[in-house]
Amino acid sequence: MNSVITIDEVSVGYGMRPVQSGISVRIEKSEIFAIVGDSGSGKSTLMKAMTGLIKAQSGRILFDGKTVEERMTNGAPPFGILFQSGALWSSMTVLENVTMPMDLLDYSAPAARAALARFKLALVGLAGDEDRYPASLSGGMRKRAALARALALDPAVLFLDEPSAGLDPLSARRLDELVKTLRDGLGITVVLVTHELESLYSIADRMIFLDGEAHRPVALGSPAQLAKSADSSKVREFLARRGRMSAEQAEVIR
Amino acid sequence: MEAADDWRWGSVEAAFLARILDELRSGSRERALAGVPPELEKLLMLACASPRAAGAGATTLPGFVARVGLRARHDARGLRAFVSLLGEVVLLLPRFAMARAKVRGAEVLEVLAESSSRALVIVAVVNVLMGAILAFVGAVQLRRFGAGIYVADLVGIASVRELTPIITAIVLAGRTGASFAARIATMQGNEEVDALTTLGVSPVEFLVLPRAIALTLLMPMLYVYGCAFAIVGGLWVSASTLDISAAAYWAATRGAIGGANFAIGGLKAAVFGALVALLGCHCGLQAERSAAGVGSATTRAVVVSIVGIIALDAVFAVCANALDV
Repeated sequence: MNSVITIDEVSVGYGMRPVQSGISVRIEKSEIFAIVGDSGSGKSTLMKAMTGLIKAQSGRILFDGKTVEERMTNGAPPFGILFQSGALWSSMTVLENVTMPMDLLDYSAPAARAALARFKLALVGLAGDEDRYPASLSGGMRKRAALARALALDPAVLFLDEPSAGLDPLSARRLDELVKTLRDGLGITVVLVTHELESLYSIADRMIFLDGEAHRPVALGSPAQLAKSADSSKVREFLARRGRMSAEQAEVIR
Repeated sequence: MEAADDWRWGSVEAAFLARILDELRSGSRERALAGVPPELEKLLMLACASPRAAGAGATTLPGFVARVGLRARHDARGLRAFVSLLGEVVLLLPRFAMARAKVRGAEVLEVLAESSSRALVIVAVVNVLMGAILAFVGAVQLRRFGAGIYVADLVGIASVRELTPIITAIVLAGRTGASFAARIATMQGNEEVDALTTLGVSPVEFLVLPRAIALTLLMPMLYVYGCAFAIVGGLWVSASTLDISAAAYWAATRGAIGGANFAIGGLKAAVFGALVALLGCHCGLQAERSAAGVGSATTRAVVVSIVGIIALDAVFAVCANALDV
């Protein structure tokens, strides 16, 4: 398998204080890879370092052998991001939000951009909502619109920062299914930051667990495998809560 | 500790008991809790297990000198970020001139339309009143020497050269600069700025440049408009208190203002416009990602803009004096 992302002995944090150290992992093509951990363990910080929003304190993060900065100088970034809040540009319509990355980076022929954006919006189930403004959308629709924007430049990697945060369980599961369908259909690699066990079990191929107290990763593997045989009792305990969560969520969905 | 079977407790009683338990060592605590209802015991153990109750994580406020130092370091960082933003805008100007910058023309026009239409009434009112006040003050003094007609010179020169650019810029700082800061700070909080950055698009190019260009173009226009109203304010008071005719007042004003004063005022207006836009955007970009951050960015934008406008005006005064214009 080809490694799309290589993380090599990376430390991340703010100022001089590392939040996580010694992170090394290779993420394969078309894999759904989850970054999991307790609150404040540095999941989103690692994602910010991977996407170039902050600099890693040490180590290297490579996309197909090149750093983010090297990839950016050659045009479009190698990834799209679904931010936790959606981060849609509020002064633009849904369609403009999706066409804007294409306009800014001169992606594809100008005449084709609107059609491409409409296709991406149809993929996420927002056909017919193109002219609406973000403020008039529900939380789930906003996330899906942001997902369409993240797909605007046909990225090789899709980063999802807690995609189900703020969504009801039913919308969250639908979003999970959508991510899986997009991965299968488009062949993209997905890096997911989450602490939703249902998302983890239903879509993640592998996960890394960042321990907020030890300030280092303590487990790497598939969720099912780690639930049974992770060295860290914290990881086993975290993953073992799934049954109870599912029952509660099923109740909510009912 | 012992409690009667029918004893009922609330958070006040629980907090009091937890405070007593804090003082005891763990072995003594268990003995002390014997006889306490199990629900309350759980609550008290929970309170004692927290780091604060155990005395861990206690924070002390830094001393006065340390706070002054931290504040100075924070302000120095802010100043460095502003200089960096200013430099980036200057470097982007040639790209903008060659239509290669990632600036949406519609955004510039939108900012222009929004900022101008909402400022027209307040700029007119403030300048009419300022012209009238100058005329009142001048009339009282100049009438004593039979030099009432020089009120036109006073109002004309003072408003065209100094007061109209400053007052119009302050109005713009309070309205438009503050709204730039609030808008961009909100975008920071909603990760909209991060969404731009991850596309490889500079927020300065996309958000700051159009606003700076719009206000640099808008301010000279508002300045001319404001000058007209200041002169009308002066005329209104002069005609009513000094019996000066409109034609005589206008002729005296035209003679007094001159091209140099008008050019200096116009140049100041353009520079103040750019300053208000840059400071508003800078405060927005530096804002903390919270609702309180939006509020403090807005306040800071207005305060630093007003101070900046007056400081720049002083620089203009020194330069004009040195150049004898």
